Amino acid sequence: MGAGGAGKKSDKVLTCIRCPRGCRITVALGADGEVEALSGNACPRGDSYARAEVAAPVRMVTTTVPADGARDVARVAVKTAREVPKDAVLDVVRALADVRATAPVEIGDVVARDVAGTGVDIVATSRAR
Amino acid sequence: MGESCYDVIVIGAGVCGCAIARELSRRRLSACVLEAEEDVCCGTSKANSAIVHAGFDAATGTLMARLNVEGSSLMGQLCEELGVDFERIGSLVVCVDEAQRGGLDALLVRGRANGVPDLRIIEREELRALEPNISDAAVAALWAPTGAIVNPFQLAAALAETAAVNGVAFRFLSPVTGVARRTDGLWDVTTPPGTLTARVVVNAAGVHADELHNLVCAPGDRLEIAPRRGQYHVLDVTAGVHVRHTVFALPTRLGKGVLVTPTTGGNLLVGPTAEDVDSKDGVDTTADGLAEVVRKAALTVRDVPFSERIRTFAGLRAHQPGHDFVIGEVPGAPGFVDCAAIESPGLSAAPAIGRMVAGIVCELLGDPAQKDELLPRPAPIPDVARLSPEAWSALAAARPAYGRVVCRCRTVTEGQVVDAIRRPLGARSLDGVKRRVEAGMGRCQGGFCSPRVAQILARELGCDLGAVTLAGPGSELAVGTDKDAWAGAPAASGAPGAPAASAAPAREGAAL
Amino acid sequence: MRRYDVVVVGGGPAGLAAAVAARAGGRRSVAVIERDDALGGILNQCVHNGFGLVTFGEELTGPEYAARFADAAREAGVEVLLGCMALDVSAGPEGPGVSCVSAEHGVERIGAGAVVLAMGCRERPAGALGIPGFRPAGVYTAGCAQRMVNCEGLLPGREVVILGSGDIGLIMARRLTLEGAHVACVAELMPYSSGLKRNVVQCLDDFGIPLLLSHTVTRVEGRRRVEAVEVSRVDGAGRPVPGTGVRYPCDTLLLSVGLLPENELSRAAGVELSPVTRGPVVDDALMTSVPGIFACGNVLHVHDLVDYVSQEAARAGEFAGAWADGARGSGRTVPVAAGAGVRSVVPQRVDVARMPDELVVRLRVDGVYERRSLVARAGGEVVARRRRDILVPGEMEQVTLRREVLLGLGGVDEITIGLEA
Repeated sequence: MGAGGAGKKSDKVLTCIRCPRGCRITVALGADGEVEALSGNACPRGDSYARAEVAAPVRMVTTTVPADGARDVARVAVKTAREVPKDAVLDVVRALADVRATAPVEIGDVVARDVAGTGVDIVATSRAR
Repeated sequence: MGESCYDVIVIGAGVCGCAIARELSRRRLSACVLEAEEDVCCGTSKANSAIVHAGFDAATGTLMARLNVEGSSLMGQLCEELGVDFERIGSLVVCVDEAQRGGLDALLVRGRANGVPDLRIIEREELRALEPNISDAAVAALWAPTGAIVNPFQLAAALAETAAVNGVAFRFLSPVTGVARRTDGLWDVTTPPGTLTARVVVNAAGVHADELHNLVCAPGDRLEIAPRRGQYHVLDVTAGVHVRHTVFALPTRLGKGVLVTPTTGGNLLVGPTAEDVDSKDGVDTTADGLAEVVRKAALTVRDVPFSERIRTFAGLRAHQPGHDFVIGEVPGAPGFVDCAAIESPGLSAAPAIGRMVAGIVCELLGDPAQKDELLPRPAPIPDVARLSPEAWSALAAARPAYGRVVCRCRTVTEGQVVDAIRRPLGARSLDGVKRRVEAGMGRCQGGFCSPRVAQILARELGCDLGAVTLAGPGSELAVGTDKDAWAGAPAASGAPGAPAASAAPAREGAAL
Repeated sequence: MRRYDVVVVGGGPAGLAAAVAARAGGRRSVAVIERDDALGGILNQCVHNGFGLVTFGEELTGPEYAARFADAAREAGVEVLLGCMALDVSAGPEGPGVSCVSAEHGVERIGAGAVVLAMGCRERPAGALGIPGFRPAGVYTAGCAQRMVNCEGLLPGREVVILGSGDIGLIMARRLTLEGAHVACVAELMPYSSGLKRNVVQCLDDFGIPLLLSHTVTRVEGRRRVEAVEVSRVDGAGRPVPGTGVRYPCDTLLLSVGLLPENELSRAAGVELSPVTRGPVVDDALMTSVPGIFACGNVLHVHDLVDYVSQEAARAGEFAGAWADGARGSGRTVPVAAGAGVRSVVPQRVDVARMPDELVVRLRVDGVYERRSLVARAGGEVVARRRRDILVPGEMEQVTLRREVLLGLGGVDEITIGLEA
């Protein structure tokens, strides 16, 4: 998002999730992606949310993979060990299309390393026996 | 296929086809039932009022009237023999307008002429004592103590199972696409899997019976079935005692009313509409039709708790303009026997229809010998919800699957589901299981149990879980597996944050 | 007959928290009856994150949250009866008890000093809505599809329309998208989403999935498999506006149109139910109208966050344990009523003499409100006030009643909680 290079000035509209009100915040971005102005937020929490979301939005990714050799479950739940860039979310699940876990699996076990070049591991969030 | 020749082929495994098959299985003859769908009881037989009419409705002297009264008198004994849920709860035709009282008297006279026993008119007080929730406007009613409710799914399945264990073959997913009389007098019956041959063909094809009839009849003898749709609401068992009898409305200037009735499963059923529709697949419900049922129910029964609704459905009546059953050998088509236009009270009449049609067939076949005995169907599947704790425990001790509840709304165990699948002509789909043991028929409508029942089906049938169907091919539960669209494929469109490129359906995905 | 001090019906998050609390470090015998083959309830299929921020200070996925409570229950020595279905709960002359069935023991009666109801809730099915059209394969409740996708690895469809913006529906919009399906839209009957704002943003906005407020599905097409649905605008009364229908070709319709507390056992036990929450009417001890039978979690009222379920359930477990020990209230409770703008409150009765020093009353408002105060009054006196910038029906609110404030009034006949300017 706006990393380096001379771009054009632009506005970005997002919905604040810090409270149920869901303010529609308009962020005016400068040519280099820097925040020039912010409007629509009803409180300071909206300001901080919008700045973070514009600068480097990140998301946790959760999904499941098959559990080979397990007697109790067909699949184990997994998540990214930490948040990944929002733009990489679909790359993460694509990279997991061929990933399988082998029982036994404990919560926290690493199921895949450095998924989709994000530098983030995929860890199990459920067990398989 | 093609080489073997049956004595008789019955087309259609609805309640009539199954009743005919069971009667035929008493004789030394070879018989086959062909069914377009994947199971018995998939057409009109599964989507109706599930009641046994006493027999006062049909015009005196019609086939309908005779077979209704006869069927009604046979039904109790038959259901007991087969282990099918049946309750003779009685029915009421309610008059809500003093000026229309003559209509009740006319029904009484007609009913007596038709041979319906024990009919009488009851007055407001007695009516209210019988049905506390009857409309305040009710002035009198025709009371028919022989009116009853029956489980049509169980009935069709039990009739078919009996026929099957007594030697009748059943072929499913076999829609008949052609019927032709050969030069040697035999009949060729064509289905996509192949052509079968028979000496006698019975046309019990429900709303499609006219299509078969018209393939073989003389030009001036064409039959027209005009599908007439009926829409219903099903209410939860919490509403099941809102009425205790089948409550009909006396037809008025405002039209024919709807009925409100308990079912053998303890639900409350309200409907139907009566709409002529163009399509023989037209079992869709409509907002107007469902609203009409709500409105009309209020004419006879007050405060029907529609908030307890768990299901709506529609069925098609095989209506023909002459409004009578069409049963008999088709003129000019020797050996082709119609069992057509079986609209209401077809379910009530089914036991009698079975006998009558089997009689016609046997006469055509030269009266084949009776077998020494009719083998009974396998014992009905135990209904754990009705067992004593001791009996249930004993069952679970013998078969642990009977201790594992899979459907919480109806209290159905894994053992019942397994037995529904393993029986002769057993269930092959979620709906097949539902019809036999009621898993998925409760208030959550399978939201909880359908994945569990599907797992049992997959295990018993030896197929993939995703290939299990709701009601036969084309209704598979899954269209693919997680991430199958991603596997090996380059990154597709649509990064997060970007609007989806297109709303076009992508239905040609990996098949299971 | 087996007998425990406390028997908990349901091994989901509510039941587990109640059981651990009732166990009181081993002082009491406690059993959990769970119909599934594993503890954790619905959380086992909720693989998304967002659980536990209140309880653990970190964002867990459903299975992780469930595992922590399941482990805690086992470590606490709670007896767990898996594959065991409760058939009947009652409080007869010989005390409360539960009838249940399992493959191992058949039908058995388990005696209890107190029973905690923690059966959770179920989804409102398609049939209850009476959506016009056909009834083909491809119509699923969101939770049913969630189980298919997350537990079985099956994709229910490739082109999906979702009716209802409840949280499970929103979550499934993202899950299906990540698994390779395309979600065409989410239609919501109300003019606001019934799900959490965070879910609207991260499950819909992130993927460009439109949320169509004041819309509903007015027809399902397809005889064997869903082929299309029609989505129409609704008027202020929620009635479809003729002529506004848009046809969406699709193979799947998911429904997230409400959760219903699963109170069949409660009803049969004679427990008084609230027509608003559809759960038991309870007092400050989470005890129902039937002495010795307690309730907590989604069987009591549908929650938005599982953390609150755990808090509430722990209290139910404590009080159920105390009841089993012989503790009784003062015998006098006063009603807690929903006032202006408030749809429901739990608990609905308070024993002022017995209540804890601070009692959290949870409630839901009946519409979207900005800049109001939640005010609790007793006999006209304000006994609690909480300022809120925004209130929405989809998010549970709470007001804390203080015992000393209520006692200070010298007699309370009723407490009303409503919105004020």
